[in-house]
Amino acid sequence: MPDLLAARSQMGVSLAFHIVFAVIGIAMPVMMVVAERRWRVTGHEIYLDLAKRWAKGTAILFAVGAVSGTVLSFELGLLWPGFMRFAGPIIGMPFSLEGFAFFTEAIFLGVYLYGWDRVSPRAHQWAGVAVAVSGAASGIFVVIANAWMNAPTGFEVVNGQVVNVHPIAAMANAAALPQTLHMTLAAYAATGFAVAGIHAFLLLKDPANAFHRRALEIALLVGAPAAVLQPLSGDLAARHLARHQPVKLAAAEALFTTQRGAPLTIGGLPDVATGETRFAIKIPYALSLLAFHDPQAEVKGLDAVPRELWPKVSAVHFSFDLMVGLGSYLALVALWAGWLAWRRGDLAHNRWLMRAIALATPMGFIAIEAGWMVTELGRQPWVIYGVMKTRDAVTPMPGLIVPFLTFTLLYCFLGVIVGWLLYRQILRSPDVPEWRGFYMPAGSREPGAGSGG
Amino acid sequence: MTLADILAGIIFVALNAYALLGGADFGGGVWDLLARGPRQERQRELIADAIGPVWEANHVWLILAIVLLFTCFPPAFALLGTRLHIPLSLVLIGIVLRGSAFTFWRYGGGAHGDREQRRWGLLFAVASLITPLLLGATVGAIASGRLGEGGRGTGDGFYATYVASWLNPFALAVGLFALVAFAFLAAVYLTLEAEGERELAEDFRRRALAAGAGLFVAAVLVLVLALRYAPLVRDGLIFAAWAVPLHLLTAAAAITALVALWYRRWRAARLAAAVQVSLILWGWALGQYPYVLPPDLTIAAAAAPAATLRLVLGALAVGAVVLLPSLYYLFRVFKGRHPSSVIRHPS
Repeated sequence: MPDLLAARSQMGVSLAFHIVFAVIGIAMPVMMVVAERRWRVTGHEIYLDLAKRWAKGTAILFAVGAVSGTVLSFELGLLWPGFMRFAGPIIGMPFSLEGFAFFTEAIFLGVYLYGWDRVSPRAHQWAGVAVAVSGAASGIFVVIANAWMNAPTGFEVVNGQVVNVHPIAAMANAAALPQTLHMTLAAYAATGFAVAGIHAFLLLKDPANAFHRRALEIALLVGAPAAVLQPLSGDLAARHLARHQPVKLAAAEALFTTQRGAPLTIGGLPDVATGETRFAIKIPYALSLLAFHDPQAEVKGLDAVPRELWPKVSAVHFSFDLMVGLGSYLALVALWAGWLAWRRGDLAHNRWLMRAIALATPMGFIAIEAGWMVTELGRQPWVIYGVMKTRDAVTPMPGLIVPFLTFTLLYCFLGVIVGWLLYRQILRSPDVPEWRGFYMPAGSREPGAGSGG
Repeated sequence: MTLADILAGIIFVALNAYALLGGADFGGGVWDLLARGPRQERQRELIADAIGPVWEANHVWLILAIVLLFTCFPPAFALLGTRLHIPLSLVLIGIVLRGSAFTFWRYGGGAHGDREQRRWGLLFAVASLITPLLLGATVGAIASGRLGEGGRGTGDGFYATYVASWLNPFALAVGLFALVAFAFLAAVYLTLEAEGERELAEDFRRRALAAGAGLFVAAVLVLVLALRYAPLVRDGLIFAAWAVPLHLLTAAAAITALVALWYRRWRAARLAAAVQVSLILWGWALGQYPYVLPPDLTIAAAAAPAATLRLVLGALAVGAVVLLPSLYYLFRVFKGRHPSSVIRHPS
């Protein structure tokens, strides 16, 4: 395995692993805070049990996210010293801000997890809010840094030297808004549907179980609105790509030739040798319409740049279709559930909806991984789009296959353990007989419940 | 003093905080591994209770130092990442295993004290032992000036470029020193955490005294090896104008810590031990000033453009307004006057 490929693979595995935990670290605290709030208001123990379970889940996942994030911050230098030497002064700023946000998150997570008996209810509730807010903030800062790699700005290169560095301008790059919006919504949608899916699966067997009903409710409250909004932010992202990163969009759409009235290409096998995509469904004018909101607009194809500057078209196209397909599924299911809830229907007894939500459990996360494949593979061969090639950024250290395999094994090991612990610790039904098959209307107060702590 | 000097100083403050807080968490792992006697299980519980609420926050000091380093001194970060790829990767594996094992141990839901829990505890403890050793070895590699072009010794081969700088007697002695220093800090802090449980406090008092003596031995070892292997450290630590006053201060802090331990003045011991370890670290920093990575890369040469440095300094000021009160709150809640035994069962 060539060293460049090993380095890219190690970075890819590290990011793909970390992103799962980072995303849960953003959205899970929101659910835990909502559950705690409902417990404080209604006094029903189910919500306290939920808050504590989700807090436990957050503890395990946040810890793995924190250490895998540490690995990433070092890997920037271990694998890409050339990139960091160039980009450090320009995009170090959002990383530093992320450091602070992460610090705040860690502090208040400590207060939240260990502070049930030690701080006032109000302080405890606000500690949870601080975790949720700083979690979202740290995610946004990191994505801003990535957005700069796609739309680099805020510096000039004169005679090979970086001059006129403006870190604020670098943060305000063209990709920052579409990417952060898309990713933050993705975090809530993916986590919300993952949790909702698990409880929907359990509700299929036991539709009256109050614990799973409440859990489903809160999870959908977080996940469904985000899933519905996601196609809109996706539209923003696609229009950004059309203007600023046309090669990535061309690869995502397997559009080989620049053309007016470009069709949307779904599926198929892109063949770079012939410049054709076989077995694909083509919707005429749709790509022009989506990219520029004009059916006759010209969309740049891969032929706009020389062949050696093309990313791996088939991988980018496949990832893009996968992301869009799964995201659309989540949005439709979210609309369905929202419509039922608006009609005051009983979600948990609608078996087809429960099946659809259960099926959605892994989809948000698969869509996120696929979306990052589009962003990262679609930018190749550049590490900083149009400025620095990935091969010029990699470390000179030989034998990179060894750390790649080591970290891959480490993450496989951790992934299995975390999955098993979550299964055992978080997902099992609580053993409280009166919650089983007992339907409690939302908002009703249980007399004598809520002793706390 | 330039803007770059100030930022280098701030990065070092973050490293200092990491050593005092995160370092002590590593030290806790060492005492977990060495727990024995009639109160073996109680010792382990105390360590876990002491670390539990704060280890994530303590760990972030390292991340903060790293992001500030690559923002403000990118060439230094690039050189570190390249030449110290191997030990830093091993440190990372240690950090990952330690953090996850601790959380699995505490939150994994295994029955109290069962074999599964013990296995996680063991992994946590072993990772706590190896990580400081390697972290110290990278410090040794930096301080001895072997990351510069002149420091490669024999040739340009893989071993000379990527291994020799940290796999040598001096660097490993620094690693040992770091390990003992962290264990010393942890034992001193734990005497205070055990407040109210006299015998438990005595357990850690004995351990702290032993580690204090061990620290002295390790320091002598580092100095002797520095004479032969690390001329830069030798010149900095022994012949510089500020060296003698600094050593006297460090010695005073060390003696104060041991005397306070002897007379069971836990709070005074904690303060003195923290001052002692900090002074040693600042001795290293002063010893290699104005170099960020001796002998080639100075702070000025490695610094990012002024626009970046100014902004980072501003962000640090704003960030500190959020961070410092939050940190104060965290430590007041969990390390205040309440005995830590209250939080034996995290929820």
